[in-house]
Amino acid sequence: MQFTSEQAQEIGNPAFAKRVKEISGTTLDRCYQCLTCSLGCPVNFAMDYLPNQIIRMVQLGLKEQVLKSSTIWLCATCESCVTRCPNEVDVLRVMDTLREMALREGVKGKETVIPIFHETFLGSIRQWGRQHELSMLLLLKLKTRDIFGDLGLGVKMLLKGNLKLLPPRVKGSKDVKAIFEKTKGEI
Amino acid sequence: MKYAYYPGCSLESTARAYDLSVRAVCRDLAVELEEIEDWNCCGASSGHCTNYRLSHALAGRNLALAEREGLDIAVACPACFLRLKSTRHEVRADARLKKELAELIDLPYEAKYDTKHLLDIICREVGMEEVGKRVEKPLTGLKLVPYYGCFLVRPPKVTQFDDPENPQSMDILMDALGAEVLDWSGKVDCCGGSISITKRDIGAKLVSEIADAARGVGAEAIVTACPLCQSNLESRQGSQALPTFYFSELIGLSFGMKEANTWFRRHLVSPVALLASHGLL
Ligand code: SF4
Ligand code: SF4
Ligand code: SF4
Ligand code: SF4
Repeated sequence: MQFTSEQAQEIGNPAFAKRVKEISGTTLDRCYQCLTCSLGCPVNFAMDYLPNQIIRMVQLGLKEQVLKSSTIWLCATCESCVTRCPNEVDVLRVMDTLREMALREGVKGKETVIPIFHETFLGSIRQWGRQHELSMLLLLKLKTRDIFGDLGLGVKMLLKGNLKLLPPRVKGSKDVKAIFEKTKGEI
Repeated sequence: MKYAYYPGCSLESTARAYDLSVRAVCRDLAVELEEIEDWNCCGASSGHCTNYRLSHALAGRNLALAEREGLDIAVACPACFLRLKSTRHEVRADARLKKELAELIDLPYEAKYDTKHLLDIICREVGMEEVGKRVEKPLTGLKLVPYYGCFLVRPPKVTQFDDPENPQSMDILMDALGAEVLDWSGKVDCCGGSISITKRDIGAKLVSEIADAARGVGAEAIVTACPLCQSNLESRQGSQALPTFYFSELIGLSFGMKEANTWFRRHLVSPVALLASHGLL
């Protein structure tokens, strides 16, 4: 792959690579760039870097480019790279690690809607203990200013009795809140 | 046969028909499902994508609640299935995580009991012989493609169920119900999951590729074991959409269950005309 001079300058800073390996517990060094992961990736056509390139970039310590990439958010978590990698590189676990690092370090990357989705989805669990689709989707629409997209679909679901109006009741919802509190800190 | 049942959030809302048909079919097959009291959402992919410890703690609370009952867990949603399975898998491999988890959820968890998907329970525990005996109304002539998606079969070291590239369980099951099962290339493709909400164009592309592959071999309908696949397939195909069944609905239909009608009414793509054309309704 080609590197810009800006990227080339960052090469040689091994701390990032080391940290990703530690957190993900994944043996990145075994990757021999066979491209199996990227060929089978269902969203490869939409990513700015392919999964095999992300692995290489992590090895090289290109922290900023990696954490700002659209790839880490577009990854649909389908587990096919994990299943097919001949060297047991857990590419998805690496993606998870990178997403978590990007959020915790407040990195604003190219992809904005998907992180908001995750935040909204988890916010609903935090509040109710279970997912409440209707209020979650409405809040997501407000946050992403996408008020009219999919409106027809939502109405259809409601009419079919497939969206609950009232949120769920979980007695242990305070236990769930406690879990959210305790996992807020460090990775 | 008795299991602790984890329905998961989708089965309480968008996938009501899945929940109703699973419960009805299990009752008929003498699989007792005792819903885990006060279960919480497993966090789905948003959990593991953004917070490793949160994801294991959300899944772990459910595992610990079920362990108190001393039962293996039965799950219907493949996303929940994989979340619960992975937490047990990692807890067994990582003593530090085990200790940390107990502190996070404030409950003991020894990872003693397994989690199984209901498709697995029906195919391997109940068995095709038992299922075959109950079939009153074979699904003769109904041309189906079984769609497994991602999390039922991947990653195999965690799911421990069926072949990750060419799974057969749903094929064999549908064959036992009398349907015409077609071989196709889309079995384990990914529909994009929640990307259908955040990136509608990407979701629509993935879904239409799956639907085209199904139509290409002459399928009249798709059968799935995943609530999100089902809703993505029914809501994102566009015109001339193929109906998408839950495997449990088709078991119920072939068993001659009267209430099957009420499940089909909930579909966004109505399967009623198709079923009527085969004399199945
Ligand atoms: S499949 Fe594995 S070895 Fe091949 S490029 Fe991807 S991560 Fe590297
Ligand atoms: S898990 Fe992510 S990176 Fe891997 S193949 Fe699936 S979508 Fe691509
Ligand atoms: S993964 Fe989906 S269905 Fe499963 S518990 Fe969570 S939100 Fe619910
Ligand atoms: S096929 Fe789609 S909904 Fe089903 S498990 Fe994969 S991403 Fe999830």
